[in-house]
Amino acid sequence: MTELTKLTIAEAREGLKNKEFTASELTEAYIAKMNECRKLNAFVCETPEKALERAAVSQEKIARGEGGDLEGIPLGIKDLFCTAGIATTACSNILKGFVPPYESTVTSKLLAAGANFLGKLNLDEFAMGGSNETSAFGPVVNPWSKDIPLVAGGSSGGSAAAVAAGMCAGATGTDTGGSIRQPSAYCGVTGIKPTYGRCSRYGIIAFASSLDQAGPIAKDVRDCAIMLKNMAGYDAKDATSAIAEVPDFEKVLGADIKGMRIGIPQEYRVEGLDKEVAAYWDKAAEILKSRGAEIVDISLPHTKYALATYYIIAPAEASSNLARYDGLRYGNRVEGTHLDDMYINSRTAGFGREVKRRIMIGTYVLSAGYYDAYYLKAQKVRRLIRDDFVKAFEKCDLILTPTAPTAAFPIGDKSMQENPITMWLNDIFTVSVSLAGLPGLSLPIGLNANGLPLGMQLIGRAFDEENVFKAAFALEKDAAFRGVK
Amino acid sequence: MTGMIIKGKSGDWEVICGLEIHCQIISKSKMFSGASTHYGSDANENVSFVDAGMPGMLPTLNEQCVRQAVKTGLGLNAQINKYSEFARKNYFYADLPQGYQISQFKYPIVGEGYVEIDLEDGSSKKIGIERLHIEQDAGKSIHDISPTKTFIDLNRAGVGLMEIVTKPDFRSPEEAGAFLRKLRSIVRYLGTCDGNMDEGSMRCDVNVSVRKVGEEGYRTRNEMKNVNSVKFVMQAIEYEARRHVETYENGGMIEQETRLFDPLKGETRVMRKKEFAHDYRYFPEPDLLPLVLDDAFIEEVKSEMVELPDAKRRRFVAELGLTPYDASVLCEARETAEWFEKAAKGHDAKKVANWMMGDFFAMLNEKKISIEESPITPENLGKLVDLITSNVINGKTAKDVFAIMAESGESPDKIVEERGLKQVTDSGEIEKIIDAVIAANPDNVAAYRAGKVALAGWFVGQVMKESKGKANPGMVNQLLKTKLDGK
Repeated sequence: MTELTKLTIAEAREGLKNKEFTASELTEAYIAKMNECRKLNAFVCETPEKALERAAVSQEKIARGEGGDLEGIPLGIKDLFCTAGIATTACSNILKGFVPPYESTVTSKLLAAGANFLGKLNLDEFAMGGSNETSAFGPVVNPWSKDIPLVAGGSSGGSAAAVAAGMCAGATGTDTGGSIRQPSAYCGVTGIKPTYGRCSRYGIIAFASSLDQAGPIAKDVRDCAIMLKNMAGYDAKDATSAIAEVPDFEKVLGADIKGMRIGIPQEYRVEGLDKEVAAYWDKAAEILKSRGAEIVDISLPHTKYALATYYIIAPAEASSNLARYDGLRYGNRVEGTHLDDMYINSRTAGFGREVKRRIMIGTYVLSAGYYDAYYLKAQKVRRLIRDDFVKAFEKCDLILTPTAPTAAFPIGDKSMQENPITMWLNDIFTVSVSLAGLPGLSLPIGLNANGLPLGMQLIGRAFDEENVFKAAFALEKDAAFRGVK
Repeated sequence: MTGMIIKGKSGDWEVICGLEIHCQIISKSKMFSGASTHYGSDANENVSFVDAGMPGMLPTLNEQCVRQAVKTGLGLNAQINKYSEFARKNYFYADLPQGYQISQFKYPIVGEGYVEIDLEDGSSKKIGIERLHIEQDAGKSIHDISPTKTFIDLNRAGVGLMEIVTKPDFRSPEEAGAFLRKLRSIVRYLGTCDGNMDEGSMRCDVNVSVRKVGEEGYRTRNEMKNVNSVKFVMQAIEYEARRHVETYENGGMIEQETRLFDPLKGETRVMRKKEFAHDYRYFPEPDLLPLVLDDAFIEEVKSEMVELPDAKRRRFVAELGLTPYDASVLCEARETAEWFEKAAKGHDAKKVANWMMGDFFAMLNEKKISIEESPITPENLGKLVDLITSNVINGKTAKDVFAIMAESGESPDKIVEERGLKQVTDSGEIEKIIDAVIAANPDNVAAYRAGKVALAGWFVGQVMKESKGKANPGMVNQLLKTKLDGK
């Protein structure tokens, strides 16, 4: 039975269709795996009974030859997505016990496609973090850890770890500055942040509205394509969701990449880039070249400002988005003698250190007298970063970069704890893409000398996920590395 | 045209005033959610997840609110900005669930315009409009239910508002009052706001400063929040201006602060000093795209515009021959102006206007009803005027007919016909009555003829009485004079 958890979504779908096993058996296998791997702390809320009920319903549909694209497929949901009747906390104490009466658009679509939710997955508090260590539920342990526990990455650490450990067939993630791609790289799985506007943000707890995007984390490229197709689409409830056709991403997989121009940005050869990461970067370019792609040097001159820009815009929006958590209408309230005391007490007790840090930064950069120097300047630089990509895409069709400068690091790493900037450096290859609103996919390319997976990132033009999937599928095939444990 | 001048020991001071008016937009649903805007529902009945600031909820723009704002902008002779942006105004308060108000800051939907106001001395003045922007309203904090608790009603949270900011063009309380009445009239004509200040659907912030006559630039101003009637706005300006002058005259300085007008005491007091002013940390609302209007949309709104009070008033004067005063009274409310136009159509407009402003308004007042509830239809008032101008009834009978119309709602022709109230214009018949009166009163005839001519009036009265008021008074006068003098 445990073998079932090794199947990809595509394989499981075939198996269900061919009646090799039932949806209930598949679900039971994943539940068993969830129990077995509970020490990884990937799930913060498990709903096995609900999952089994739904599996039975799915099985009936499958037996009748009916059902959606994801009928009976067990998924994990990042605890940033509101799920009707199921606790949703953003892994923050301030939302402990909050049960939304509504369903996010993305999870509604997945449910409509027949998917089966096993529970809610751990993340950095309000998705703020790159190691899942800021979660009120404690850090997620990377399934690749050996003697010392390693971080799973963040913020979608629970999602990446759960997929890597076979605790779910696929998972939803969200990505604001790298929160899907970086944990995918650390855990040896595949994840895509689609173009900003591809997926509706309705019902996803907001971190930074102009950057937040939902996307899938799965065992391979095909599974990501299947999931994304069933998550994306225009939604009248999100004014920033794009009115754009959702192509059948799966259809392009296996297509020829001959003549495709792959850009290598010189500015990404940063100081401190891990040697093995650099070597795999070259290897990935070689693979694509051997498939007939053309490798071209490109320049993204404003790359060095990306982190600073991101760490102004994201906290600014967050400071405002998190104002609603005031202990008044829902979530955790700590009483006070006056209204202001209640705010202070509730928010002091409810938010963790990193969230407070970002609220402080965000409040500061929006303050009178500082707005022009920080927020307004950051918006201007953001435009320059976006323009960099537009220019680069005149010379190439896709951009290839590493996903993160290093492999997963130990939980509680001193240098990271003492200086938050070190932690933020992990986002260096992913934030520009977020600022530009472009699609970026991370897939595992191989193991380093310590036996830890490393990821490569493919960046596409806006709404050109198809080319990203096409090249990623080719790269995945020839890298011949499967990250799932 | 001259504004208010305050005489001080050191010379003459003038008042500088600007207004910021919040107008609740008339729309079925709120500005960024589908919840109803119905006034008078139970507390927290009209609250969506968006209005309550639930996690993950997003605003979506109600196009009707945009349409209403553009329409109002056109009514203020203002620039419609094809590009505008929403911005978040951040502050914590219990009736502000999101912790920010979605407003517009740098790029409002409507730019500069003007409103022409009419002053009591017959002059008029243009008041500049700085901008109009749209934003959502907050909920209500209710402090008087419990001594220790505050209750929150979110029904109003998210209802669309237009904030109209004037230039500092007011030089007297009267000008501000005239402006508010004119603005109310405009938004009511357009159907974009009901303009009820007492219900809070129109709220006014007043900015006041003073300066020496002839002085350049502006001195420090004070803002008074939420003054909720035209009268109070005028009182607040007057009080505040005098307070400023007195302060300066006594060698003091005015500090920038937010003040509160107390309508019971008729005075203002400090609400918030400058150092405690909120830093709202405005920034572009990332949940909403910039608002881009195309020409077709603006043209469509233009085509829905109604004739506004100023244009109507000018037309009433030029085409219907009304006096400017009568025209402006009749044009203040759209319903009245439209009622008048219906009544005047095909009849003597000036006489119709006189009747409306006299007996008709008195009747509405007495019955405490609105013009829509009037038992007299505009068509019937027109007919009544016709009966008078064509000499079918005389003025006195008309008053009686009007009274019957006000009770029964019947048409005047029917009343005159059924009750036989037609004026007697047959000279033979009138002569008969005169002869009878003369014959019955020989003493008075003799007295008249002896020089007591004032008795003529008494004879007219007798004749009218005998004719049951139906005799044509002009004819009675003429015939009686001939008979009394001729012999």
